Amino acid sequence: MDQGKWRIRKTMDHFAKITFLSATLFGIAFLGVLLYQIVVDGVGWISWDFFTNFSSRFPSKAGVAAALIGSIWIVLLTGPIAFFLGVGTALYLEEYTKKSWFTRFIQVNIHNLAGVPSIVYGILGLAVFVQGLMLGQAVLAGVFTMSLLVLPIIVVSSQEAIRSVPQQMRNASYALGASKWQTISRVVIPTALPNILTGVILALSRAIGETAPLIVVGALTFVAFVPASPMDPFTVLPIQIFNWTSRPQDDFRAIAAAGIMVLLVVLLTMNLLAVYLRNKYQKRY
Amino acid sequence: MNEAVLKNARNRSTGSQSQKEISRIVQKKRMNREDSIVKSILFLCAMVSVLTTIGIVAVLLVETLSFFKDVSLFSFLTDTKWTPLFKPEHFGILSLLSGSVLITLGASLVALPLGLMTAIYLSEYADDRVRRVIKPILEVLAGISTIVYGYFALTFVTPLFRMIFPDMGVFNALSASIVVGIMILPMVASLSEDAMVSVPKSLRNGAYALGATRLEVARKVVVPAAFSGIISSFVLAISRAIGETMIVTIAAGATPKLTMNPLESVQTMTAYIVQVSLGDIQHGSIEYKTIFAVGMTLFVLTFLINLIAQWLKRRFKEEY
Repeated sequence: MDQGKWRIRKTMDHFAKITFLSATLFGIAFLGVLLYQIVVDGVGWISWDFFTNFSSRFPSKAGVAAALIGSIWIVLLTGPIAFFLGVGTALYLEEYTKKSWFTRFIQVNIHNLAGVPSIVYGILGLAVFVQGLMLGQAVLAGVFTMSLLVLPIIVVSSQEAIRSVPQQMRNASYALGASKWQTISRVVIPTALPNILTGVILALSRAIGETAPLIVVGALTFVAFVPASPMDPFTVLPIQIFNWTSRPQDDFRAIAAAGIMVLLVVLLTMNLLAVYLRNKYQKRY
Repeated sequence: MNEAVLKNARNRSTGSQSQKEISRIVQKKRMNREDSIVKSILFLCAMVSVLTTIGIVAVLLVETLSFFKDVSLFSFLTDTKWTPLFKPEHFGILSLLSGSVLITLGASLVALPLGLMTAIYLSEYADDRVRRVIKPILEVLAGISTIVYGYFALTFVTPLFRMIFPDMGVFNALSASIVVGIMILPMVASLSEDAMVSVPKSLRNGAYALGATRLEVARKVVVPAAFSGIISSFVLAISRAIGETMIVTIAAGATPKLTMNPLESVQTMTAYIVQVSLGDIQHGSIEYKTIFAVGMTLFVLTFLINLIAQWLKRRFKEEY
């Protein structure tokens, strides 16, 4: 009797393991099919011209030049702004103030901001940067919107990086007579930098993939020029992909797949860079 | 002579000592000033996030109030049609809300069970080697831009389902919600797994010592102990699904409809905002204001859900 019960429980356990494993494999299989499908659809359209041509009414002449340059503009300008604000906030919270109701308030606020849907940031950007600051539908409006969007991610990851710097290193610096800022700028920041950069890169890869807020801010869907200054209108890779996907012709869908391949290669490169930085420079104390 | 030299030397040494003292004090002062300047700069950085929140609330509030000068709150909440872009104009948020709810419901049906099972597998069954392979793959899945998921929903998942349901339209809630579910799956899996991993080994070992199987340990020890983390991962994922934009814009269509039929085309709140933004909107027009009214609804909804997540996490927290 007991033997039988044990056998049932054992079978149940085995059955559960298989179920859980297949649930896990489902996600992985989905990723596999997705990547396979996109490469099959898009690989035939990847050519040198695809990178140098602008979008076009004719599928054979369409390319990602404007979108790629637009995305690069956004990342290059968002990066320093978000880095400065994010690391500054993290330093303020971790190094410069005692824990008080005010720091708790900022902390809770940052966590809530991380949960705000990205399209709401787009609405903020539309009202404040496009109309309020009269930037118009320019690169800079997109950059400011994106900086605010990724700020919570950078703050949280920088805080973790700063917290992982051992207290002894700060104490050693103070013991030599260094001031707070000297300690932070010459001990804390250099030690935490690899982890901070990892967080920043991951946040920027999020910014590259974001579509909705930039549509609301007014990035264009058809751009036949390269933005020459931060005040010019622009488009970015995901918006270009969206534009091609929403056209009914099959050829444009295929070009969208080619565009996705470019986007995924960019994202993958950034993620690998983040992992590399983390592994190469990470020290354990 | 000798004495004079000695005296001179003594004088010089005390002189240089006090000079040293002075330069030390000066340097100290400079350092203090530097510290306080840096502190105020960092404070300004921290205030940016506070200003962002204030900005979001203020912007949404101002334009929404101006929207409600033209449209009554009552008809906004009870009208069952949403047709602000053509006459006769209707402003019933329910049609957009039902679209968002339908998508979120479908996504939860996919993501919550699969995510939880993945988390249990990773934390209770998988050995370290397997975990080291699977976790980065899930991270990649989480890092993929939603536009890519949207493309996949439209060009792969929809045709697949149309083989089963031939009457289903190209744009439908079903494939959009399934793909949104897969998008939030890694979030459920990794947050739940984090919660389960932090359950102390001793609890598990206690159960194993009583002869429990892995399934029994997972069901009766680990999941209850990690309950607060699991539930809050569910709620956060749901809030993410409501805010998701590109997948539903591409795959679910643009027809606001009060329906719970997943085979139909619907429009979510987020997809509506994108639709209006793609057109040429006049600043100050009623179309322009609808963005803010819908955005406000979306913001309040996700904010409440996030608050619930935080509350649940505190409420069911178990300390070991």
